[in-house]
Amino acid sequence: MTSDAVLSMEDITKVYPNGIVANKGVNFSVRTGEIHGLVGENGAGKTTLMQILFGLNQADVGKIFFNGKEIKIDSPHAAIAQGIGMVHQHFMLVPSLTVSENLVLGLEPRRGFIFDKSRGIHITQELSKKYNLKVEPDMLVRDLPVGLKQKVEILKALYRGAKILILDEPTAVLTPQEMVELFNELRQLRDEGNTIIFISHKLAEVKALCNRVTVMRAGKSQGVFNVEDVTEEDISRIMVGRDVILRVEKDVAQPKESVLKVNRLTVVNSFNKRVVDDISFSLRRGEILGVAGVEGNGQRELVEAITGFGSYGLGSILIDGEDIKQLSIKEIRDLGCSHIPEDRMSYGCAPTLSVRMNLLSYKHNRREFNRRFFLMHMSTIRDVSTELVKEYQILCTSTEQEVRCMSGGNIQKVIVAREFSDNPKLIVANQPTRGIDVGATEFIRKRLVELRDRGAAVLLVSADLNEVMELSDSFLVMYGGKINAFIEDVSNFNEEKLGQYMLGLKSQDVDEIGRALHD
Amino acid sequence: MTKAQWRFEFYRTGVVIITAVLLSLLIIVLVSDMPGLAIKLFLTGPLDSLRHFGNLVEMVVPLLFTGLATTVMFTASQFNLGAEGAFFFGAIGAAFIAVNWNLPPVLHPAVAIVWGGIIGSVFCGIPGALKVKWGSSELVSSLMFNYIAFFLGLYLINYLLRDVTAGAMVSFPFANSSKLVKIIPKTRIHTGLFIAVFTVLVMGVFTYRTRWGYRIRVLGTNIEFARYSGINTTWTIVMSQVLGGFLAGMGGSIELLGMYRRFEWQTLPGYGWTGIIVAILAHNNPFYVPLAALFLAYMKIGSDIMSRSTDMPNEFVAIIQGMIIILISASSFLSKQRHKMIVREAIS
Repeated sequence: MTSDAVLSMEDITKVYPNGIVANKGVNFSVRTGEIHGLVGENGAGKTTLMQILFGLNQADVGKIFFNGKEIKIDSPHAAIAQGIGMVHQHFMLVPSLTVSENLVLGLEPRRGFIFDKSRGIHITQELSKKYNLKVEPDMLVRDLPVGLKQKVEILKALYRGAKILILDEPTAVLTPQEMVELFNELRQLRDEGNTIIFISHKLAEVKALCNRVTVMRAGKSQGVFNVEDVTEEDISRIMVGRDVILRVEKDVAQPKESVLKVNRLTVVNSFNKRVVDDISFSLRRGEILGVAGVEGNGQRELVEAITGFGSYGLGSILIDGEDIKQLSIKEIRDLGCSHIPEDRMSYGCAPTLSVRMNLLSYKHNRREFNRRFFLMHMSTIRDVSTELVKEYQILCTSTEQEVRCMSGGNIQKVIVAREFSDNPKLIVANQPTRGIDVGATEFIRKRLVELRDRGAAVLLVSADLNEVMELSDSFLVMYGGKINAFIEDVSNFNEEKLGQYMLGLKSQDVDEIGRALHD
Repeated sequence: MTKAQWRFEFYRTGVVIITAVLLSLLIIVLVSDMPGLAIKLFLTGPLDSLRHFGNLVEMVVPLLFTGLATTVMFTASQFNLGAEGAFFFGAIGAAFIAVNWNLPPVLHPAVAIVWGGIIGSVFCGIPGALKVKWGSSELVSSLMFNYIAFFLGLYLINYLLRDVTAGAMVSFPFANSSKLVKIIPKTRIHTGLFIAVFTVLVMGVFTYRTRWGYRIRVLGTNIEFARYSGINTTWTIVMSQVLGGFLAGMGGSIELLGMYRRFEWQTLPGYGWTGIIVAILAHNNPFYVPLAALFLAYMKIGSDIMSRSTDMPNEFVAIIQGMIIILISASSFLSKQRHKMIVREAIS
């Protein structure tokens, strides 16, 4: 431990109720006035470590020292009392309240028994000026773009007296422009003597922003480094334990006939809002069509309409020429449509059932898995599962293990194994690599390209810009439920322009977008 | 579940049972003037004579059916508590066939039992249908339906099947051909026991080896995943409850045809309620239902025998049942030990 550490965590071990060891003997310390990067793959234990620091989780073993004194943090209250604040990956704001109301929530200024609204606004303006984070106190939080919500969260932590600020993957939801702004603000906060812990798995950001960096791998700390002394490649190697190439090798696509045709599709949600607004495109055999865009711009509803999960009002969706409007999820699947759902725990698996039973899923009706008298062919199910586990390199103790005891990457592989092994005609992959480790990501991306080459049509919806740019042959940008741009050739396109399309600052004209419909 | 988790659940259930039994012994000591005799009769009564052992087995048979019925509904995460009403109403259905029809011996009870099952399945299916149609909680509606079953059932007996010459509110006697044959002399153990054991095996295989059982299990674990897997969730939600009701109705019919000569229940017999405890104790696994049913029947018969010769009332068994429900369903009971076990296992 360095003597100038303002805060240090020693020998932290945390085991979750499902038996996953999230942290094992981790040491971690930060100094005053630094931006400290905490990097590691998803599932490496970064978030858990910070949740322990913020009192959202309790360590099973280990101690926390603040200014050399041991402290106990058993709740976020205790953490805030010590001057530790956290900005979560998923914002903890009340959407129906204004910015200033959210900011002072829990520590409201009062006049007698009544909430003093104008003082709240005043406080917000003062703070906003002091830290140079511009927000509108009167705006409702639900009307704010993601970048501003994040500023409100940061201000909220500062208002509560945070000197040490934990930011959990703050850039995951930001466009490139918003990111630059955030970085400038963070640097300023640091220069004023605050300490910032910056959790990320994007190394370029860490390199650009941080002073020191702690690298985690598989629940253990791999050491602390001065950012100037190491290259991105160095950190990457330490983080993953080997050299990874995240470039996917692929040839130029050779698209054939259309499999999926979406024609003037409109989806209206329960609040009567047009969440998908008159969009048309087609997807051909042998190509990967990306769908980029800030989350919540209609991508989910589009996927739900295609896979039969949600209904749609106007327009048509054709798979292999067949209108799917009246078809059930099962009938759409029978047309050869595979679906990797966005939220693997809620839609993609049955957590308390075995790997075997999860691999079976929609195939349980197939003749090969059934015998006479409605009995299932248990030995075939076992053999097929064992083969898939081997082929897709799924790490599990046996095919009878419950999936909830596995890591996110492995659960995702179970889903992918199930969906890809069926010789699908159309693959709807919604965030196929979200929140999983680099190894599994690489594996899944390669498979997608392989399936493309074998003649599958792939619709790739992803909030990860790199993924869309890397994998797609061409892609759409969605904004406000509409297609804002269609980029036919991914290779000569820059990220900045993409950011402008994503934010709706720019859009292509009708003819350019119309090219998304091929025939 | 991993092996360690299974071991832990086994151990936890054991601790619950032992705690419940010890506490009940403590109550006996505190309340009774003859605690020695009371405890002896409570613990060994069911085994001290063939007749008492017979009582035990007779009690197990209906509990197997209501336990299985609740198990299949709980496996689908449908918290239908209608097994009690389905049991009662199924028995009334069977009573009509047993009184009014003339059929050869084996066929007669078979028809009556199937008919009772159908009545039971309609009864448990209605809360399921209400749920998928209008989103009403099956827990509330099935609970209320039990009273509908009870009063409607008494009405039917009273106005259509009552033997006014009998001097009590009972039905006409059942045709001899409809009764289930006694298999062990000096006891009332009847052929319903074979049907019950066979049903346990069928339900075990159904749950773990058939595609219908698979659909019910997937539905019960994660309904969104069931939809995603192309399973017709509406249909499965209703069918799991229809099946549960069928089992309970069968159980009521078998109990009636094996143990009685007329329909003479004036209150709900309570096997459905106990069946819920059976299902909880068995962790919704049909293969464990016999163990759980045997344990609960043992407690009931034990306290019955005790109450006959001592000053302890037999209602005291309700205290044990209540304790078991609270302890088993209190998921944080022993959770510290579980976490320690997990930490130990994970770190080693």
